[in-house]
Amino acid sequence: MRTFRADLHIHTVLSPCGDLAMSPGRIVEEASRKGLDIIGITDHNSTRQCGITARMASAKGIYVMQGAEVTTKEEVHCLAFFENSDTLDSFQVYLDSNLPEIMNDTSKFGYQVVVDEDENIVYEEDKLLINALDKGMDEIESFVHSLNGLFIPAHIDKSKNSIYSQLGFLPAGLNADALELSPASLHNKFEEKHYEINNYQTIRSSDAHFPEEIGRVHTEFYIPQVSFREIRAALKGVDGRKTEIR
Amino acid sequence: MKIADIIETLDLKLISGAGGLQNEITGCYVSDLLSDVIGNAREGELWITLQTHQNIIAVASLKDLAAIILVRGLTAEEGTIEKSNLENIPVLTTTLDTFSVAGILYQLIKKK
Repeated sequence: MRTFRADLHIHTVLSPCGDLAMSPGRIVEEASRKGLDIIGITDHNSTRQCGITARMASAKGIYVMQGAEVTTKEEVHCLAFFENSDTLDSFQVYLDSNLPEIMNDTSKFGYQVVVDEDENIVYEEDKLLINALDKGMDEIESFVHSLNGLFIPAHIDKSKNSIYSQLGFLPAGLNADALELSPASLHNKFEEKHYEINNYQTIRSSDAHFPEEIGRVHTEFYIPQVSFREIRAALKGVDGRKTEIR
Repeated sequence: MKIADIIETLDLKLISGAGGLQNEITGCYVSDLLSDVIGNAREGELWITLQTHQNIIAVASLKDLAAIILVRGLTAEEGTIEKSNLENIPVLTTTLDTFSVAGILYQLIKKK
């Protein structure tokens, strides 16, 4: 077993709130500088920047968990990750068909672009990505799991767009692969006030929107080698694998 | 005034929880934030919301609310229907928006 450092919640320039400097190249460079072995590419309601980032990261020995930060109908933010391009593409179709037809206003929300290795814009998303999908959290959770993906409610300690802020408390029987804590949880002692989260594995990630935020907190996976399956096994604590938050 | 009495007036459709139709209504609370309802709604009140997640039944049960009205023709999720039937907390839906249904209810309740 080895320790692998992961930051599973990073926005790119595709997210309207993501800094324009958050190109795949810059993200990979910053992740490498911070000593991260695994990064999660999680734009708001889109997976379209994952493929390019994964290719560039792999050249530097960094593994990319490909997915998105989904906004549920209740406006709960949840991370969803997929093992291969087939399931990732199926999820993109789901996102496209369930995101309302409301267009982005770049002057108010910022640009939503996919950029390639050479920082050229290769796609611009017209629909406003920070909107909520027309699907409830439980429906989205079922769909993610039907694609054999990982479903992780994001920054549960935050006072907005978290499962606690939107739904009052952790729903009974919530089928989550982990719960994510924000960097603020280092200070707000959320875990001490909410013992019920001890029934779940926790991760902690940066939710980086700017390059300098990448890796400001991280999660460690103790696994023999890096793969989607090993990370899933580490979240479940299978055969001595484990997950620890830093 | 009972839940059963307002169904016709408000053109409500019962989704689930028929066992609670004889619940007495003492007032009404309008909110989409579950933590706010937990903090501020009172026993016997009717709750108007656009939230459809199963947590609304847990909140209504905790606060002994009379029933839940979903606005704009929203429907409840499967888990919500199941729990509503278990707890006998009626979930109803109206095609009206929050402003309209709250306005009509205000008139009805104040008349009493």
